[in-house]
Amino acid sequence: MNRITSLFKNKTSDEGLLNVYFTAGFPKLNDTLNVLTALQEGGADLVEIGMPYSDPVADGETIQKSNDQALENGMTVRILFDQLKDMRNTIHVPVLLMGYVNPVLQYGIENFCKKCAEVGVDGLILPDMPMDVYETEYKQIFDTYGILNIFLVTPQTSEKRIRQIDEVSEGFIYTVSSASVTGSKSGVSGDMESYFNRLNAMNLKNPRLIGFGIKDHATYKKASDYAAGAIIGSAFIRVLEQSTDLSNDIKTFVREVKNEPLEVLSA
Amino acid sequence: MEAVAEKNSFQVNNRGYYGTFGGAFIPEMLYPNVEELRENYLQIIAEPAFQKEYNDLLRNYVGRPTPLYRANRLSEKYKTNVFLKREDLCHTGAHKVNNTIGQILLAKRLGKQRVVAETGAGQHGVATATVCALMNIECIVYMGELDIERQAPNVARMKMLGAEVRAATCGSKTLKDATNEAMRHWINNPIDTHYIIGSVVGPHPYPDMVARFQSIISEEMRWQLKEQTGSETPDYVVACVGGGSNAAGAFYHFLDDENVKLVAVEAAGQGVNSGHSAATTALGKPGVLHGSRTILMQTEDGQVTEPYSISAGLDYPGIGPQHAYLYDSGRGTFLSATDEESVQAAFELTRLEGIIPALESSHALAVLGRLGASENETVVLNLSGRGDKDMATYMKYID
Repeated sequence: MNRITSLFKNKTSDEGLLNVYFTAGFPKLNDTLNVLTALQEGGADLVEIGMPYSDPVADGETIQKSNDQALENGMTVRILFDQLKDMRNTIHVPVLLMGYVNPVLQYGIENFCKKCAEVGVDGLILPDMPMDVYETEYKQIFDTYGILNIFLVTPQTSEKRIRQIDEVSEGFIYTVSSASVTGSKSGVSGDMESYFNRLNAMNLKNPRLIGFGIKDHATYKKASDYAAGAIIGSAFIRVLEQSTDLSNDIKTFVREVKNEPLEVLSA
Repeated sequence: MEAVAEKNSFQVNNRGYYGTFGGAFIPEMLYPNVEELRENYLQIIAEPAFQKEYNDLLRNYVGRPTPLYRANRLSEKYKTNVFLKREDLCHTGAHKVNNTIGQILLAKRLGKQRVVAETGAGQHGVATATVCALMNIECIVYMGELDIERQAPNVARMKMLGAEVRAATCGSKTLKDATNEAMRHWINNPIDTHYIIGSVVGPHPYPDMVARFQSIISEEMRWQLKEQTGSETPDYVVACVGGGSNAAGAFYHFLDDENVKLVAVEAAGQGVNSGHSAATTALGKPGVLHGSRTILMQTEDGQVTEPYSISAGLDYPGIGPQHAYLYDSGRGTFLSATDEESVQAAFELTRLEGIIPALESSHALAVLGRLGASENETVVLNLSGRGDKDMATYMKYID
């Protein structure tokens, strides 16, 4: 079974799952695997690795700048797969790749999915891949290689479309908390709560993770009250930007977000 | 409607595609905005009240119909019959305003209180700021930080018209980054804002909508040609292509006339293979840019590359999806002109006809000698804009 599917299936506690996003090849080209390892050790439940792109329209300034830096560092899709080729020797958490559709198209969808399966990537998040194109042109390829495609819903997504997305989705639905690009707003407002409640009342078949505006323990906890867990991106990129000791800073950040008691950590 | 769609196979299909090009490759955050437009644009444009207001403004505010002028000395030089469609005489100095008038009327009918736009050289930004002033709608224009430095007069015009000019500071800090910022602004303000895209690019329905608003160019060409030559159709229609809005408008009503050769001229910059070029079809590959599947300049890894042209209006790494289809299907002929050839063509037109063209339009002029048009044939060239904005560049070539 796909690692994402089993993670959600085997989730027993009320504690929210924490998905952390970081940009591949950032801050330095060869930091990818180190960041991934530290996230797992710190307690991230799943990890989303961003494939840097020249024109990331759904992302705010923080993630854009990390994309620019990673590209300047020389990051490419090929290099990323090379960096990840032995990750499953040590990494057991589900790993997703997030990016924009053009670099994936240039690599070739089939080659890309095949390579994901080879290195042990479990799912993709391609925000600018239209649902109808996915269904008619690519779903079969994703299925062949056991790669899940994660779709987004936003507060403006109609109920009809949410149900269509739920139908096509496997793994989880990425619930965008507010009308915004990444990193531009913080916190969980009353409007968002009614939107999250509306989603809960729909009894969707897929679990949901809430992203955008999640930055610390309080926002993670709040999101976890309304969904299976939360996704942190820009706030974590800011930690990477400022870090002088990546491994320790990453583990500290993840622990503080999850706020696990110390004895659990040492066990 | 069905029969029309079938007959005109170069128009967008009901799924938003031109062949395999087009579509709406957008993040979910933009889906409701684009869907609102898609569901409403055809109906709103068809409303008699909309048509009346649009046509009144084109006539009395923009100054349409623009003349179709037989350029006698230019014709003599190239031993053929050259007609210039004088879009340079439009209010604000280029064809861009045909589209912004249409979209501002649409935005009003959709109840939008704010407009956001991207601009490269500033022509579309000025045309947008102009109609926002006219309609008393708040206007925000994103412009690359580098372009703001390079195009100071147009920045001043936009500000005088009451627009807020915001710098795009990420990526290459030019047009494509301004487009990204405008899209992000729209994501952040989905309810009350309309995004006026300036070219036939972006997710469906933008390429079709902008082409429709620009199609007035070829609609007028047909009856003007009939008046002046006795035939509604020329042998060649020539236009420059950055994103391709003036070309889309100039080709629109000739797409099904197979005898009319449609010639699109891209910017070769310092030469197609110089590494400093914007000749998209020569250098690009199919991919996804700004919400549509089209042909774009990119690295092997699928990163969008920064183009180069002396003309800021052609300095774009993609072309509209309809143009990609015209190229791919062979219906369109795609040529390119270098910086040098275009500047020479600008001086030639100025000295032969007393018309100073925009650098963009000069690229179209630069291929006149390469068409192989005979003395019995007719060439219509879309003179998309005037050269006032380019005087600083032209001055460097004087003496």
